[in-house]
Amino acid sequence: MGLEDKLPSGILLSTVEGLAGYMRKSSVWPATFGLACCAIEMMALGSAPKHDISRFGMERFSASPRQADLMIVAGRVSQKMAPVLRQIYDQMTAPKWVISMGACASSGGMFNNYAIVQGVDHVVPVDIYLPGCPPRPEQLMDAIIKLHTLIGDTKLGPNREAIIKEVELAALNAKPTIQMTGLLAK
Amino acid sequence: MTIYSDPYASSRETTEGTVFSVTGGDWDSLVSEIGESKEERIIVNMGPQHPSTHGVLRLVLELEGETVTEVRTGIGYLHTGIEKNIEFRNWTQAVTFVTRMDYLSPIFNETAYCLAVEKLLGITNDIPERASVIRVLMMELNRISSHMVALGTGALELGAMGPMFFAFRDREIVLDAFEEITGLRMNMAYIRPGGVSQDLPAGMTVKIRDLVTKLRKNFEDNAKLLIGNTIWMKRTEGIGYLDLAGCTTLGVTGPVLRSAGLPWDLRKMQPYCGYENYEFDVITADTADVYGRFLVRMAELEQSLRIIEQAADKLDKLEGQPVMVADKKIAWPAQLALGADGLGNSLDHIREIMGSSMESLIHHFKLVTEGFRVPAGQVYVAVESPRGELGAHVVSDGGTRPYRMHFREPSFNNLQSTSAMSEGGMVADIIGAVASIDPVMGGVDR
Amino acid sequence: MSEDQKGMFGSSGTGDTSGYGGLVRLAASTGSTERPFGGYFDDVADDLERAYPDFADAITRVVVDRGELTLHIKKSRLVEVAFILRDTLKFEMCMGVSGVHYPDRTGAELVALYPLLSLTKNQRIRLEVATSELDPHIPSLVEVWAGNNWHERETFDMFGIIFDGHPGLTRILMPDDWDGHPQRKDYPLGGIAVEYKGATTPAPSNRRSYR
Repeated sequence: MGLEDKLPSGILLSTVEGLAGYMRKSSVWPATFGLACCAIEMMALGSAPKHDISRFGMERFSASPRQADLMIVAGRVSQKMAPVLRQIYDQMTAPKWVISMGACASSGGMFNNYAIVQGVDHVVPVDIYLPGCPPRPEQLMDAIIKLHTLIGDTKLGPNREAIIKEVELAALNAKPTIQMTGLLAK
Repeated sequence: MTIYSDPYASSRETTEGTVFSVTGGDWDSLVSEIGESKEERIIVNMGPQHPSTHGVLRLVLELEGETVTEVRTGIGYLHTGIEKNIEFRNWTQAVTFVTRMDYLSPIFNETAYCLAVEKLLGITNDIPERASVIRVLMMELNRISSHMVALGTGALELGAMGPMFFAFRDREIVLDAFEEITGLRMNMAYIRPGGVSQDLPAGMTVKIRDLVTKLRKNFEDNAKLLIGNTIWMKRTEGIGYLDLAGCTTLGVTGPVLRSAGLPWDLRKMQPYCGYENYEFDVITADTADVYGRFLVRMAELEQSLRIIEQAADKLDKLEGQPVMVADKKIAWPAQLALGADGLGNSLDHIREIMGSSMESLIHHFKLVTEGFRVPAGQVYVAVESPRGELGAHVVSDGGTRPYRMHFREPSFNNLQSTSAMSEGGMVADIIGAVASIDPVMGGVDR
Repeated sequence: MSEDQKGMFGSSGTGDTSGYGGLVRLAASTGSTERPFGGYFDDVADDLERAYPDFADAITRVVVDRGELTLHIKKSRLVEVAFILRDTLKFEMCMGVSGVHYPDRTGAELVALYPLLSLTKNQRIRLEVATSELDPHIPSLVEVWAGNNWHERETFDMFGIIFDGHPGLTRILMPDDWDGHPQRKDYPLGGIAVEYKGATTPAPSNRRSYR
């Protein structure tokens, strides 16, 4: 049948990171943070039999942030809602991840004005940005699968600290977007 | 004052008294604490993030035990400044903004806005009949998809999880039709001032008739689950009562008004887009409660299917007619076609504007960069959206951009009646009352 | 908006000089429409005059444009006329308050519009009240139509019109401590330039505009 039948002497060796990543990515519970139109597509992913999020075991959207791992910010975040967003994020217990679903959550989208926060990464750290207006349920599923891969590869212990240092150094030395002119003028 | 302590949610003293944080499971210990302290009132915040409040709605409740003494509604958590943003876009670009206000019924937003712009332009009688019939078809399909979300989420909030799956399954069928016609499932920007952006694909009326047959059968599932169901009726009968006097003074329209007994439907009373040529009934209930509104919405689904069938018949007869107004200085120029890389400008149109017709090129260029100009004036046009009367008040100063556009959203008025419906009842009934109003916070806050 | 505008294709602030300047766009007229108004508007005007003898003093303009009737009212008479419209002329529903800001009309910059609907007679009219930015007070109509409560709060929030007699006039859409009234014409859109690789796109309020 599966892996379990092919093991000689019935012992499987793995890494702590591999097992922890595997377990964490298979049991993600999203927090309900549907704000606007993207929330409807998120609901379609969650409950329409056509796009079925319970294939990952994620159909149980947790209303309480204490029991949620993933916050899918679905919709435009207004100035009034931003402190609420931050409070819900703070109430989530680690490990936690954020998908910013849709153009409005990723960058303010088409609403470049006084009322909308231009990108939810001004308020919370984002792991996956998902463009679309609104993104189809299949696109959200793709983002979730990519997030699962990300979660499965998370490093732990001293490896984690090394990775964090490396990422921070790369970010500090990175070229700002406005200077990446490429083949345009120097 | 208390021994109530929890590492994650403890109490703290403020100028107004003690504030408790409750996270679930400890409600009993909280209530017994309060009982000892002789405080009668508890103020509970059902905050903007809540699974049952239909979006980012904040309800501040004053409770005496389980009875609600006061409900205060807090909105504005989804305010997007769409109305101000439109003042910097031209008349056609504004459609894409307007469509995202009430995101469950985008076609209605677009239709109200486009009817208002056409009234200002004075071309209401020049809109081709095929365009009007397509508008009616899309509106009724949207009514079905919107009512499905209302029924599904309303049932889910009251504890029934089965209807949610059936409702979203039916909604997916309608969204497939939308995708085939417009290219998008939601927020389509399909209805433009002057007509619709492109014609129906070939063979669409056959698919629409199949859709009607399928949906008629599917609606039975939800009906069998909920109509006459004792638990459902116990949770919805007599809840959220708002009679006719309350509705008229609060400006409440839509299924809530019709559940109070008044057969007020703008499609019949002040028809637009040719609605006077369709046969359908206005559904009313006389109980003015949540159950009545639920029955009204379920029955409106069948009426929408009737209209869709009649629209499909009309479309077959009007095959080949234009879908945009004839005046080339207003009609949106681009003809879209499905190419190898998706939907884009049709090559025939490009061949025409680049090769044969100078006027087409000029019109295309000027309409896309600058837009058409609308004579000065103001107008208020209303359509019957699934939630009530959706009114567009558009003011023009004669230029290429709207001077001011204000939408009178039905959810804005309907949500005001939450206090009237819920005060004096139980906490659990607030959810039912709000679900029966079916507010869409994008429309409330714009 | 109050003067004739010349030039058909024109742009302000950039060097685009396409088009020609021979066309004149007439400004919106500022007079009243003359009788007969057509349709049910004459009946409405007659009924109102019969029920409210001070009609000529309170109603400054009657405009019938594109099939819609607008009554311009002095703000001091607003509540009386509203009660008469509701009770005698049976306009039971008010569809809310819509605010408009005309910065060019000195003395009457802030305008509040009330679309009214009569369910019994199936008629629609509109009331328009103007007030100056320096004295932005308009009497509240919450006692006449309770549904105007939130609409007046929204108009206060967005335009700064203070409705006297409102039971609780606070901000409703913006956060409670927000400064300014966003939908006024002198309030900036607040967009930011969008940054790409090597270039930026200006915010919507800074782009080329065509009159």
